[in-house]
Amino acid sequence: MSGGLLKGAPAVLNLGVGAFAEAIGAAGGSVVDIDWRPPAGGAREAGTELAALVNHPRIEAANREAFGRFLAAEPRVTGIGSAIDVLPGMGARTVLHAGAPVAWEAMCGPMRGAVLGAILFEGWADDLDGALSLAESGAIAFDPCHHHRAVGPMSGITSPSMPMWIVENADGGNAAFSGLNEGLGKVLRFGANRPEVIERLRWMRDGLAGVLARALGEGGPIELKPLIAQALHMGDEAHNRNAAATSLLIKRLVPPALRSGADPESVARAFAFMAGNDHFFINLSMAACKAMLDAARGVPFSSMVTAMARNGVEFGIRTSGTGDRWFTAPAPVVDGLYFSGFGKEDAARDIGDSAITETAGLGGFAMAAAPAIVRFVGGSASEAIAASREMRRITIGENPAFTLPILDFAAAPAGIDARKVADGGVLPIVNTGIAHREAGVGQIGAGITAAPMGCFVQAVRALYRELAAAGEVPAA
Amino acid sequence: MAVETLLRRGLYRDSVTLMRLAAALEARPGVARASAVMATPANLRMLAEHGVPAGGTEAGPNDLLIAVEGEDADVLARALDEAAALLEGGDAPAASVAGAAAPPRPRSLAEARDALPEATLALISCPGEYAAAEAAKALRLGLDAMIFSDNVPVGDEVALKREAERRGRVVMGPDCGTAIVGGVPLGFANRVRRGSVGVVGASGTGIQQAACLIDRLGAGISHAIGTGGRDLSREVGGATTLRALAMLAEDEDTGTVVLVSKPPDEAVMRRVLDAAAETGKPVVACFVGAVPPPTLPAGMRFAATLDEAAALAAGVAVAPADIDLPRAAGRNRLVGLFSGGTLCYEAQAVAAPVLGRVLSNAPLDPGDTLDGDPGGAHVMLDLGDDAFTRGRPHPMIDYGPRLERIRDAAAAPDTAAILIDVVLGTGAHEDPAAALAPVIGEFDGPVAIGSVCGTEADPQRLSRQEAALREAGTIVAGSNAQAARIAARIASGEGS
Repeated sequence: MSGGLLKGAPAVLNLGVGAFAEAIGAAGGSVVDIDWRPPAGGAREAGTELAALVNHPRIEAANREAFGRFLAAEPRVTGIGSAIDVLPGMGARTVLHAGAPVAWEAMCGPMRGAVLGAILFEGWADDLDGALSLAESGAIAFDPCHHHRAVGPMSGITSPSMPMWIVENADGGNAAFSGLNEGLGKVLRFGANRPEVIERLRWMRDGLAGVLARALGEGGPIELKPLIAQALHMGDEAHNRNAAATSLLIKRLVPPALRSGADPESVARAFAFMAGNDHFFINLSMAACKAMLDAARGVPFSSMVTAMARNGVEFGIRTSGTGDRWFTAPAPVVDGLYFSGFGKEDAARDIGDSAITETAGLGGFAMAAAPAIVRFVGGSASEAIAASREMRRITIGENPAFTLPILDFAAAPAGIDARKVADGGVLPIVNTGIAHREAGVGQIGAGITAAPMGCFVQAVRALYRELAAAGEVPAA
Repeated sequence: MAVETLLRRGLYRDSVTLMRLAAALEARPGVARASAVMATPANLRMLAEHGVPAGGTEAGPNDLLIAVEGEDADVLARALDEAAALLEGGDAPAASVAGAAAPPRPRSLAEARDALPEATLALISCPGEYAAAEAAKALRLGLDAMIFSDNVPVGDEVALKREAERRGRVVMGPDCGTAIVGGVPLGFANRVRRGSVGVVGASGTGIQQAACLIDRLGAGISHAIGTGGRDLSREVGGATTLRALAMLAEDEDTGTVVLVSKPPDEAVMRRVLDAAAETGKPVVACFVGAVPPPTLPAGMRFAATLDEAAALAAGVAVAPADIDLPRAAGRNRLVGLFSGGTLCYEAQAVAAPVLGRVLSNAPLDPGDTLDGDPGGAHVMLDLGDDAFTRGRPHPMIDYGPRLERIRDAAAAPDTAAILIDVVLGTGAHEDPAAALAPVIGEFDGPVAIGSVCGTEADPQRLSRQEAALREAGTIVAGSNAQAARIAARIASGEGS
């Protein structure tokens, strides 16, 4: 290869002084001028480690494997079951929550409120005072949904008798789970725990779940990837807009529900409830994304992000090649639009497992699909398009199953590469609802936020150590 | 007629996309008919009516089925390959509402390489603390690297150059101010004529001066490869210089090789001279300020100054300019104020034999290091040194601090001559003569002597700069070494 430098005019990547790029172009050289900033948020040591991971053959091969499994996943909803029966490792006195591990003492207001509600729902205490003493006593085990193959929106609170969607990946053999969506307003996931909230949850367990289970039993599994793909063409981004997907789901469920022999009144009430909640599908969207991403987990040396989740205190991510570890940074306060009467000072920090949709290339990554809601999350249609394009900079590739009509049917970017985030400083965007910081008030706004750089810097450093231990990079 | 099918499970496309896909396939020569459908029962029946045997594929409503019909199985297979590619890619983004915005600039080397896949070189001029990591990325991406940045630890430099050697790549720098590759200027560089002289240099302004003088003598440059100021030190061992010599040896455009550096480490110099001899091409070695080695390999010549090196390389004999030296009555001190480090060093090497001791922040001999007030001693300062540039632009760009020092020197009663360099080219001040002229025009007593390192093709234009400086009363010499000779003679009282 000796002499390669001198063969013809050079094609140059210019990093730093912009005037040098102009001079190269003026002299007839081809040049790209990089919009550079210090990588890894300026952390020099981490930046040096990151450099050793760029174009590393082990990581590239691992990412191809992980991303391939993700793309090949075929999530289908196959049934409904109680958390205690279907979630691996679920305990009889366990309450699951969104995000990375967080102790009761550290939980934010909405999550605490939801925990108390779940205790009442399970009948472990008679009133709120009793529920509080129980939560404080240490008799309840708290654990992330993600540790039990589940995901939950907002506080994500899931207790043993709650009904769960069962989503199976026909390709990988793994399964993922999520509860049923309660609707908007005073709901448990925002921390509400008054009697009507508990009553609704009990009906969902004792009435709604049965109708859905019988319908799925009668009609068979429903493929979720084609359904989501169709919904993207109907204006959903499958995180903050699920109106189309909810309708499509209802269309698929009504005939088998009617054929299933379920009591017509129960069927009518179930579908009236679903029809009254445009967000009903979000839990299925999340479980589908979780099933696709879990297929990509556990590939040694892969830098692909397999989960992004917030527990109301910290924003956490996991990557395929770094096992069960979470990499966390303080959760941001969402800079969004607020319903009248509320402002930033009322907001809880970013919360919920629903960023699993962005991790899978939906939500903010597919924002160009959903111009109808861009104003709701504080943007313009052209910003939405730009956002989807911007995210392609930090992904391993695109998901051909999900296409964006307004971008001439370009495939949505998918498979976040932690190295790319740390290197270029483009942060994954997350479309999100904003919860009131006090329990039970509910949603007070919506907006777009970004995953914090700190998570990705830690992930990159952990991956570096994995490679160093294997002798693939110089030891630190 | 043969029929070939492609089934993609779980892949949804709307019917318009599928119809367009089918039309594109049918437009291919040899494809009689093409269908692209979601495999609903109705669609499968329709295909069956047209004789497409879709049965047995277990295709369902969530699966995408493509069928092509024609005589030649190879043609059909290629059509299905194209169909697969079209399904992956979506339509090419075109002049739609979404296509209007310009793509954003890449944010990293990896992203930029995707934007310019034919890239061969990364030019790195970020703050020095990040430069080594970026150069490491460049090597990992299969690129050569030029590191303009300084303040990179020597340990990092050694590691990078070792890695480059392992990968068959080149690292120019750190602190590589200039290079010209294939006629393209990199960093601070002058627009020189293309020709057959290849330059390898550990010194930025040394390369610029040699290249500009070769241009002025009517010859031209094939390539100029900067190696970084420490390349010929014992630690680095000439890694890049040796690579560059090997490349120039193979390069068909290069007839003569010029080596430019401050005096290198002894052992490294011997290794480099041996390698230079092995190029099989005429070599001119200019280790500014060094004593010529007693024996030189055949075909190699030694130049004490950059103008001598340029003349030898260009094959032109240069007669010393004969000028009337002005006299600076009652004054005997020389003050040199430089923006180019090697130019400052060369001026000391030329002036010291005439004047004796010259103090400097970058002296020939460590014993001549300027420490505090020089008193009545001769002084030459490299104002591009880190000690002066911290937090300020380089003096080639920002003339303010140098003008201040020129004024101070001119006001001192014993200053006979003020010697300056003016460097043109990309990145340099856009009109240095305009900045200098008002200050030099006010001299009352001392003589201004200078040289301009540049070419007619540079944006500042050599002849215009020289004329403006002469107009202001400067003695403008044809080279830095000549200017230093003149200044030394004036300070020694030789003028009349």
